[in-house]
Amino acid sequence: MHEETVYEALDHAHGGEGQWAFGTGFDEPLAGVDTTVPAGIDPADLGAYCLMLGDDALVLCQRLTQWVTAAPELEEEVALANCGLDLLGQARLLLARAGSVGVLGRSRALATDSIPDEDALAYFRDADEFRNSLLVEAPNGDFGQTVVRLLVASTWRLALFARLRGSRDPVLAAIAAKGVPELTYHRDHAARWVLRLGDGTPESHRRTQAGVDAVWPLLADLFTATDVETRLTAAGVAVDPADVRDEVRDVLTTVLERATLTVPGWPEEQPSRGRAGRHGPELTALLADLQGLAREHPAATW
Amino acid sequence: MSAPTLDRPAAPDEAALQAQFDATIAADHRIEPRDWMPEAYRSGLVRQIAQHAHSEIIGMQPEGDWLLAAPSLRRKAILLAKVQDEAGHGMYLYSAAETLGADRADLTDKLIERKQKYSSIFNYPTLTYADVGVIGWLVDGAAICNQVPLCRSSYGPYARAMIRVCKEESFHQRQGYELLMTMMRGTDAQRAMVQDAVDRWWAPSLMMFGPPDDDSPNSAQSMKWGVKRHSNDELRQRFVDMTVPQAEVLGVTLPDPELALDPATGRYRFGAIDWTEFKQVIAGKGPCNDERIARRRAARDDNAWVTEAATAYAGKHSR
Amino acid sequence: MSDVTAEGGHGAVPTGPEIPVEPKASTARRDWPLYEVFVRGKRGLNHVHVGSLHAPDDEMAVHAARDLYTRRNEGVSIWVVRAADITASSPDEKDPMFAPSGDKVYRHPTFYEIPDDVPHM
Repeated sequence: MHEETVYEALDHAHGGEGQWAFGTGFDEPLAGVDTTVPAGIDPADLGAYCLMLGDDALVLCQRLTQWVTAAPELEEEVALANCGLDLLGQARLLLARAGSVGVLGRSRALATDSIPDEDALAYFRDADEFRNSLLVEAPNGDFGQTVVRLLVASTWRLALFARLRGSRDPVLAAIAAKGVPELTYHRDHAARWVLRLGDGTPESHRRTQAGVDAVWPLLADLFTATDVETRLTAAGVAVDPADVRDEVRDVLTTVLERATLTVPGWPEEQPSRGRAGRHGPELTALLADLQGLAREHPAATW
Repeated sequence: MSAPTLDRPAAPDEAALQAQFDATIAADHRIEPRDWMPEAYRSGLVRQIAQHAHSEIIGMQPEGDWLLAAPSLRRKAILLAKVQDEAGHGMYLYSAAETLGADRADLTDKLIERKQKYSSIFNYPTLTYADVGVIGWLVDGAAICNQVPLCRSSYGPYARAMIRVCKEESFHQRQGYELLMTMMRGTDAQRAMVQDAVDRWWAPSLMMFGPPDDDSPNSAQSMKWGVKRHSNDELRQRFVDMTVPQAEVLGVTLPDPELALDPATGRYRFGAIDWTEFKQVIAGKGPCNDERIARRRAARDDNAWVTEAATAYAGKHSR
Repeated sequence: MSDVTAEGGHGAVPTGPEIPVEPKASTARRDWPLYEVFVRGKRGLNHVHVGSLHAPDDEMAVHAARDLYTRRNEGVSIWVVRAADITASSPDEKDPMFAPSGDKVYRHPTFYEIPDDVPHM
């Protein structure tokens, strides 16, 4: 065997499909997709909506990534990284969509021209310009709280994405269609853990109930439509979050009850603070980690 | 119920088993898990595969330190996929060790208790994002030189795990080199970062191949058994020969004034390696030794309740 | 220089004396059984053994296998089976059970000499 070309030999031995070595594609997210905004849709609203969904994914990815090298088992390192990679992929598509319709906030004034919109938006907006919900920015807590939050976030997002597959914006519909199987997997994964932790040992039950109690109030931030969502729902582009409330509540109740956990009372819903850019100090700290290096070298490309 | 006793051939004696083992090795065939093997072969393999697995798992940390701060979303995705691969590689290797009767939890305990080792290269810190690129290019490049021959290891499960690892590693080295090329086309600060990282990682990368052949007592038996296929110096030379032209394309200077092409052999001569500082790292005085182990210990101890819960649940809901 | 060896993929592993051992923490993980994993690479192929993993139960094992062994879309179907549930032919890979077929060369297509100009053979 010529070892210099061993990869070709290995590739040949496995049918020449090369999927192991080259299967992790990282193409420009919206390359080749017609990004023209359909008639009757306000691009500013569409971009703002994409920021909400994209920021949710980006911030939750960052939280899940904090578990890498710290997870309970190696199997779980790999599983959480998979969820993180899926969410990162969704974030990139959604931020790129926002950029493509010109919603870039102050970021473009700070970022060098040569970096893509997704990076301008991710790295050169301040916390008050982020539109993620408070649910995803809250710190991880222990593993129990982490999987409870992942269950809530993926249940909510899956219910939304399933409906967004019919969005009048073809790009948003395509992003949703790609995301549905990913989110189904995240929800199942989180639910499997909630079952095992809730119905595991007394300690795991206690910890996971504490996780539920910590996460539950954050549901209040999810179900009240902003003006942007109301207008886009009327235009057939977005989904009114109130429309997924019953489904989310049913799924969460079913899982928690099977896990022998107590379902807290539904929190009093209120206009979303996160969607209005009113975030806690946790997001500022998270963004400092995320953005520090990129902002240190504003003229650089990576 | 008892079947009639049949005459069975007598169990072969140890000398016959040894002869069969030797013949399998001599014919360059693979040893498989349930074959008879000399105890020294088995225990040596467990040690080697375990420390290889530990190196993958500890090796997640130097680059993992940049996961939250990767400077573009594309780089973040690449790095997350890479660090995730390293967890996977560790798991493939622990699997191979388990075919020899080892237990992964036990091996992990031994790592945390420092009874088993991992590659010292991962005790160096990653100071800038260029380190992520240089680790891919040089450290993974050196690892590939070591690992490709291991795809032909005499022990079947190890060889098969390494085939999988090597296929996946090819993306690791390429992403590192591509990052460095991008940075070299960038700002002056980025170029300086790349050169600085190369200056720091070059010598440790050469040291990854181990001591010179005339000072490497463990190697002879490993070579005889087909566990190791090439000598340390041979692999080191191959790595240097591969890397120098890549450095030229990149536009960085490898920090060795004696580095020069030998026209007679077509190979590169390089300066003597200074092992003093490296030996400090090996002796546990490296910048990151304690931190690396502490992270694994925390992952195990802080989450023990999760593992116990899953076990308890399985007990309640078993088939 | 015998305090370092180049064994394993990343080389340069110290061989120095052991550092004192601290008391062991909980090892409930030992109770997670070992599963062997089989993946069907694509339709039309057999499931092939690809490795093993630990999981608390069957369901978690399937999902961990999906995460670990099909990260790059290498599979369309996964089997997992507890290693303890596998019955093997004998303690030795080289076994009387397989020796008798070793001389039945007539089972193999290359045993039969066919002229090169016979088509479709």
